[in-house]
Amino acid sequence: MRRIRAAVTGAVTLSLVLTATACGGGEDSGSSPKTLTYWASNQGASLEVDKKVLQPELDQFEKETGIKVKLEVIPWSDLLNRILTATTSGQGPDVLNIGNTWSASLQSTGALLPWDAKNFGAVGGKDRFVDSALGSTGVPGQDPAAVPLYSMAYALYYNKQLFKEAGIAQPPTTWDEVVEAGKKLGAKGKNGIGVEGSNLSNNIHQVFVLGKQHGADFFTADGRPDFTSDGAVAAVKQYVDLMAAQKIVAPGNAEYAQNQSLSDFAKNKTGMVLWQTPSQTFSAQGMGPDEWGVAPAPVPSGKPGTGKQTNSMVAGINLAVFKNTKNLDGALKFVKYMTSDEEQIALNKAYGSVPPVKSAQQDAAFADPSLAVIRDTLATSAAALPQVPEESQFETVVGTAVKELFADAAAGRPVTTESVRAKLEKAQQQMPKK
Amino acid sequence: MSEHAVRRTAPRSPMAAPRSFLWTRRIFLALLTAFVVLPVYVMVSSSLKPLKDVSGKFEWFPSGLTLRPYADIWETVPLADYFVNSIVVAGAATVFSVVVAVFAAYAVSRYSFRGKRVFTVTVLSTQMFPGILFLLPLFLIYVNLGNATGIALFGSREGLILTYLTFSLPFSIWMLTGYFDSIPRELDEAAKVDGCGPVKALFRVIIPAATPGIVAVAIYAFMTAWGEVLFASVMTTDSTRTLAVGLQGYATLNDVYWNQVMAASLVVSVPVVAGFLLLQRYLVAGLTAGAVK
Amino acid sequence: MTETVVTPPSGRTVRKAAPGEARTPRRSGRRRVALPYLLLLPALLLELLVHLVPMLMGITMSFRELTQFYIRNWSEAPWTAFDNYSVAIDFDAPVGQALLKSFLTTCTFTVLSVGLCWLLGTAAAVFLQENFRGRGFLRTLFLVPYALPVYAAVITWAFMFQRDNGLVNHVLHDQLGIGDSPAFWLIGDNSFWALLVVSVWKGWPFAFLTVMAGLQNIPRDMYEAAALDGAGVWKQIRHITLPSLRSVNQVLVLVLFLWTFNDFNTPFVLFGKAAPEAADLISLHIYQSSFQTWNFGTGSAMSVLLLLFLLVVTGVYLLLTTRGRKTSDV
Repeated sequence: MRRIRAAVTGAVTLSLVLTATACGGGEDSGSSPKTLTYWASNQGASLEVDKKVLQPELDQFEKETGIKVKLEVIPWSDLLNRILTATTSGQGPDVLNIGNTWSASLQSTGALLPWDAKNFGAVGGKDRFVDSALGSTGVPGQDPAAVPLYSMAYALYYNKQLFKEAGIAQPPTTWDEVVEAGKKLGAKGKNGIGVEGSNLSNNIHQVFVLGKQHGADFFTADGRPDFTSDGAVAAVKQYVDLMAAQKIVAPGNAEYAQNQSLSDFAKNKTGMVLWQTPSQTFSAQGMGPDEWGVAPAPVPSGKPGTGKQTNSMVAGINLAVFKNTKNLDGALKFVKYMTSDEEQIALNKAYGSVPPVKSAQQDAAFADPSLAVIRDTLATSAAALPQVPEESQFETVVGTAVKELFADAAAGRPVTTESVRAKLEKAQQQMPKK
Repeated sequence: MSEHAVRRTAPRSPMAAPRSFLWTRRIFLALLTAFVVLPVYVMVSSSLKPLKDVSGKFEWFPSGLTLRPYADIWETVPLADYFVNSIVVAGAATVFSVVVAVFAAYAVSRYSFRGKRVFTVTVLSTQMFPGILFLLPLFLIYVNLGNATGIALFGSREGLILTYLTFSLPFSIWMLTGYFDSIPRELDEAAKVDGCGPVKALFRVIIPAATPGIVAVAIYAFMTAWGEVLFASVMTTDSTRTLAVGLQGYATLNDVYWNQVMAASLVVSVPVVAGFLLLQRYLVAGLTAGAVK
Repeated sequence: MTETVVTPPSGRTVRKAAPGEARTPRRSGRRRVALPYLLLLPALLLELLVHLVPMLMGITMSFRELTQFYIRNWSEAPWTAFDNYSVAIDFDAPVGQALLKSFLTTCTFTVLSVGLCWLLGTAAAVFLQENFRGRGFLRTLFLVPYALPVYAAVITWAFMFQRDNGLVNHVLHDQLGIGDSPAFWLIGDNSFWALLVVSVWKGWPFAFLTVMAGLQNIPRDMYEAAALDGAGVWKQIRHITLPSLRSVNQVLVLVLFLWTFNDFNTPFVLFGKAAPEAADLISLHIYQSSFQTWNFGTGSAMSVLLLLFLLVVTGVYLLLTTRGRKTSDV
C-alpha cells in the first residue's frame, strides 16, 4: 500500500509542482481595462534604447489615463513570427507596431482592427495623417488595417570627405551621375555605393523604386504577381549591375545584411549609400553629422516626382490594434495618444524619422535639411509598395532572387537579362496561386 | 567486472607503438586541436578587442585589450534577465526530466507489462519528428490549455520547461533503461529481502547505483534546454526570453557590435561548458554502461 | 533502440532480465500490474502533450488550406485532401523542384557530416586510448565544441566566415594566398562547405565521446593476446578495436543521422531566415515554406513527408544492421 502511494505521490507531486509554478512569468494580454500590452518594433540602436525612449511616454500616458501599458520591444527577426503566432492563437498584444509594408498581408488575416470612420474618429480623424503614409496601411478601397506612426523615405547619403578627395562637387541626382561618381571614387580606391545584398527587404525596396522608374509594377492592377515584365527585369538588372557591370559596388556587399554598408560608409570605405534615416547609426560608428551629406535619391533624369520620377518607397512603421483586444477603448486611447502632435514630435525626433501627422510635421525639429529631404520625398516622389495580401511572400521570393543574383555577380558569374528573367520567373511561380 | 562503476580505459598494447603510429597520432591530434581551438580563440580574443578592431579586417592579435564589451553586454540587451530565464528554464527542465525519466526507465527495465514495446518504440520515434511540424500545433495547444485552465503555458517559463523536459525524455529514458539493465538484479532482490518495496528499492538501491547514468542524463537535458532556439523564439515574450533568443536577436540588431556579441557568447557558454567539463567523467561512464553496451 | 542493442564481444553477461522473472512473491496482483503504468504515467502524459498530439494536429493541418487567410481560425480552413502533398511533390513545378533540391542537398550534407563526425570521433578516441602526456587535457578540450551552446558556437563561425573581415579568408587568401579574390562562405555555393565545417565541428565530439565509452568495454586481454601473437598497433586497431565498436557504431550513426538530418539550429543561426540555395537544408526550407510564405498547410505536408522518409530509413537501417545478429528481447 505504502509503495503504491509513494509512486502515485511521485507522479502527482510532479504534476502539482508544474501546476503550482505556473503562476509567474505568464503574459496576461490586457484582460483588465486598466492595462494594455504594446509590442514595439526595434527602432533605436538597440532594444534597450527603445525602452528608454518609450517608457517615459508610456508613464505619461498612464498618468493621463490611468491605463498601464506593458511594453515589449521585439527584434525584427522575431516580430513577424510573433504576430503570426499571435494571430493563429488569438492571444497577442492589444496594440502593436508593424512594418507598413506588411499592412495588406496582415489585413488579410483579419487579425487587425479595421480603421473605419468611427475608429478614426476616436483618434482625431483620418485627415490628420499625410496621404502618402495612409497609402501604405492596407489594400486600397478597404478600411485601413493600421494608422501611420513613423514615416521614413530613402535618400542618398554621401561621405563628404571622400567626395572631396574624388573631386565630386555636387551630389549626384541621376543614376548616370551616381555611376560616374562611383567610378571616380573607385579610381581613388574607394567603393562607390554600398548595398545590403543579403537583406531581402532592402533589396525589395530598391528594385521596387527602380521598377517604378522603368514603368513597371510587380503586381498587376488586380493584384496578380507580375515579376517578369520587361520593366521589372530591367529594374532588377540595373540594381545588380551596380556590382556586376558598373563595378561601383564592392563584391563583399553581396553578403551584407546587417547594415555593414553603413559601417563601411562611416569608416570612409564607401562614398554613398541609399538609406532611410541612418544618422543614429553613423554617430554610433563615430561619424559626426557634418561629415556626411544628404540628397534626394537618384532618378533616371530630371527631378524627382511621381510615376517614373519616383525615387523612394514610402517607408515607415504603422500602429495597429489587435482585433482580439479586450480593451478596445483603452487601445484607441493609446493610439490617439501616440499619434498626438506632442508624442509624434517627441518620438520621431528621437528616432530620426518624420511624423506622418500633418500638424506635427510642421514642427521646427523637422526643418533640418537632412530631414527636409525626407519630408519632401514623402510628399512628392515616394510610392507605397504594392498593397496586396501577398506582399510578404513577394518580399521573400523576389528579395531572395535579388540576393542570389548578387551572389552570382560577386562570384564573377555573368548577370544577363535572361538570367535575371529566369530568377524572377522562378520567384513568380513560388507565389501562392490565386 | 562491475557494470556500473567508472572504469579505466583498457590500455591497448604493452608493446611500444611504432613510429608510424606515434607520428600519425601527433599530426592528427595537432590538426584536430587547431580545428577545435580556432573558434574558441576567435571568441575570446574578439571579445577583448575594441569595436574598431572587430568591424575591420581580422587580426590575430588585438590592437589593445579592453574589458568594455563585458561591461556593455549587460546594457545593450537585458542579458541578465535572459540569463535568469535560461537558468530557471534549463534547471527546472533538467530536474523534472531526470525524475520522469528515472521512473519510466525503472518501469521499462524492471517490469514486463502490456504495451511496453509500443511505449519504447513510440517514445524513441519522437526523435525523428521535425520540430517545425509540431511547433505551431504545440503553440495552439498551450494557448487553448491556458484558456481552459487559466494556467499560462504559452509565453511563460512553465510552457518552455514542459517542452524542453519532454525534448530530452526519449534519449534519457533510453539511456537510463540501458543503465538500469546493467545493474544486477541481485541488488534489488537483496533490498527486497530487507523489506523494501519496488519504489523504495528504486530510491535505496537503483538510483545510488546509477548515479553516473543519471548525471549523464541531467547534463544532456540541461544542454538541450540551454541551446534550443526555434521553440524559444516563438514561445517566449520579453519577460521570459532565454539566452538562445536573446543572443540571436543581438546579431540582428540595427548595428552589430561583434566584440560584444563574442563577449556575450562567451559569458553564456561558460556555465554550461564548465559544468560539462567538470562532470564529463560521469558522461563517459553513463554512456559506457547505458547507451553503448 | 534498447531492444536492438547486442551484447558486445566482451563476453560480459548482460542480464537482459527476462521480464518479470525472479520477482518477489506477488502480494497484490492488481497493484503489481498498475505500478509500471503509474511509473510511466508522467512520461506518457508529457509525450502526449508535447510530441504526439501536436504531431497528429500537424498531420491534420497538412490536409487543410492553411494560408494567411485562414490562420486566424484554422479549424475553419477548408479541407484540401492531398493538394498540399501534390504541390510539395510536383517536381516539375518550382515548389516541388525546390523541395527536391533541398532534400538532396540535405542527404549529401548528412552523409558527409555523419561520415566526417564518425571518422574524426573514432580516430581521436582510438588515438587517445593509450595513456600519454597531455591525454587528459586533450580529452577535455575536444569536448568543448559539444558543450558550447549551439548558437554561441555558430555565431562565432558566422563571424569567422565573413568575406571581407573574417578569419577564414584572412588565413586562406591573405596569408596562404589561395584564390585571386577572397571567397564567399555565407552566400553562394561555398556556403555548403561552410555549413558542413560548422556541423562537423559541433558534432564530432559526440562521436568521440560515444566511441570513447565504447572502447572501455573492450577487454584488455584481447589486446594482450593479440600482442603475444605479434600483432602490431595498427593491426590491433584494425582487428580488435574497430570490430568491437560495431554495436556502438550502429547506434551512434543512427543518432547522428537523425540529429543532422533534422538540424535546424545550425543553418538558422548561420544564415538567418533565407539560406543560400547550396545550403538550403530541409528543416530550414520547411520553416521558410511555412513561416515566410505563410502557408502552414504545405509546410506541414512537407514535414509529414520528411517524417515518413526518416521512419523508413530508420526502419530499413535497423533491419539491415541487426540482421543475422543476436537481438535481445524486451
